[in-house]
Amino acid sequence: MPPGITIAAEAPQLSAANTGFMLICSALVMLMTPALAFFYGGMVRVKSTLNMLMMSFISLGIVTILWVLYGFSVAFGTDKGSLIGWDPDFVGLSGIGVTELWGTYDIPVYVFAVFQLMFAVLTPALISGALADRVKFTAWALFIALWATVVYFPVAHWVWGEGGWAFELGVIDFAGGTAVHINAGAAALGVILVIGKRVGFKKDPMRPHSLPLVMLGAGLLWFGWFGFNAGSWLGNNDGVGAVMFVNTQVATAAAMLAWLAYEKIRHGAFTTLGAASGAVAGLVAITPAGGSVSPLGAIAVGAIAGVLCAMAVGWKFKLGYDDSLDVIGVHLVGGVIGSLLVGFFATGGVQSDAKGLFYGGGLDQLGKQALGVAVTFAYSLIVSAILAWVIHKTIGMRVSEDDEVSGIDQLEHAETAYDFSGAGGGSLPRTAPAAPPARTAEAAAAATKNTKVDA
Amino acid sequence: MKLITAVVKPHRLDEIKEALQAFGVHGLTVTEASGYGRQRGHTEVYRGAEYTVDLVPKIRIEVLVEDDDAEQLVEVVVKAARTGKIGDGKVWSIPVDTAVRVRTGERGPDAL
Repeated sequence: MPPGITIAAEAPQLSAANTGFMLICSALVMLMTPALAFFYGGMVRVKSTLNMLMMSFISLGIVTILWVLYGFSVAFGTDKGSLIGWDPDFVGLSGIGVTELWGTYDIPVYVFAVFQLMFAVLTPALISGALADRVKFTAWALFIALWATVVYFPVAHWVWGEGGWAFELGVIDFAGGTAVHINAGAAALGVILVIGKRVGFKKDPMRPHSLPLVMLGAGLLWFGWFGFNAGSWLGNNDGVGAVMFVNTQVATAAAMLAWLAYEKIRHGAFTTLGAASGAVAGLVAITPAGGSVSPLGAIAVGAIAGVLCAMAVGWKFKLGYDDSLDVIGVHLVGGVIGSLLVGFFATGGVQSDAKGLFYGGGLDQLGKQALGVAVTFAYSLIVSAILAWVIHKTIGMRVSEDDEVSGIDQLEHAETAYDFSGAGGGSLPRTAPAAPPARTAEAAAAATKNTKVDA
Repeated sequence: MKLITAVVKPHRLDEIKEALQAFGVHGLTVTEASGYGRQRGHTEVYRGAEYTVDLVPKIRIEVLVEDDDAEQLVEVVVKAARTGKIGDGKVWSIPVDTAVRVRTGERGPDAL
């Protein structure tokens, strides 16, 4: 979160325009979680579609409640030792006045709290892509709750909270390159190092079951991301949010083209999945950088992220870690690239006067960015691995091998994603009486008499 | 009676249907199938990971015919299904013991 908009001498008045804008942005960011569910859901095999959707969707439930109870207080309460915040008024959002304004801004605390809530919901959901097909739903729900509490809330405080160490140091993270994407990507790596690979990784074909769903998800993510990025300036009094909006579009376009070009040269085809993945890589990379670069800089950030992420998604096959849907390859790598490129491409003329290497600012900003990246990565990786290990050793993180192979949807959710068969799957009511087999034609005829019930 | 089964390229279905109708066959059953023969599969690429997809989409056509028509009908189907390229499929016939028209209970050739 950038430093406040200063309105000299007078206390700010509530701005209806900015309040309305921020509420709309909050709704846009909310949309990103179901969008992510579809982006991931289309990429898994048919048998685990619903589980993938639910791993994202459940975050809307769990993290929302935690945020209201104590998350907002830990992330944005009064600073305690540059590491966490705490404010009793924020607990349960119970001590906040209806017209009380957030800091030096002209929007209510409630608006800021709900905008940030959507970020807190999305970030744990991002991790789920690395864990496809194999994680117990209860273990995942527990992991989300613990991870949000000991990783996301504190890291959000470091980066965006008044008094957080990264915030005070001057690490530039406009909308969440470190706190959201590096944080989630490092967590994904930590968890998969503990729980291991899917059955059949590198052996069985694991094709996406529905690329149209992936495309739908990517499109909705792109749309929601305007709220995520442009909204992170918390208002429109100075045009910075508009620059961020433009850069979001430009970098995403560049990244999609770059990924497709790399793929065409390397693998011979312009794939749908490449277009969707390139777009998301661009969105991730511009997230920390969009408030400090020019539109031409955004093209560079997007193109670099598009190519490097397209290369990074192949690492898992060489190194043998099963990052199922490339959370590391896209979100971690994209987040690192975007955060570091601030140190090269910051013009010093948009969100702050900090200049990058290419604009005569020397290595100063790059060093700060690198420190923000490294600490976030290390903290999230280690703590996430510990959390996963503890859950793995107690209730167990994984479903049994048999259940994984036959499909986690039926086991964990008692449902299947699609029913394309005209025979309706041949279902019988569970109360059907078990008669002993008669082996006569008369008995068979009697059993089917008067059972024409199809509506 | 004989059962003629053809596993062929999906886009030849209309030609085969028309040829069978012209011959005088009144009914047939079509199932979507997948498989491979000498054609093998094709390669698909997802985020740089290349997969060889062995099973190719096919349709399976089944027709019940009288013994005397069987040889000729096999030829009709083969001709309508042929494109001359690899992957055109197979046609075969096997003897059938019983056939019953469900609505009337007619049996044997009358049921066709």
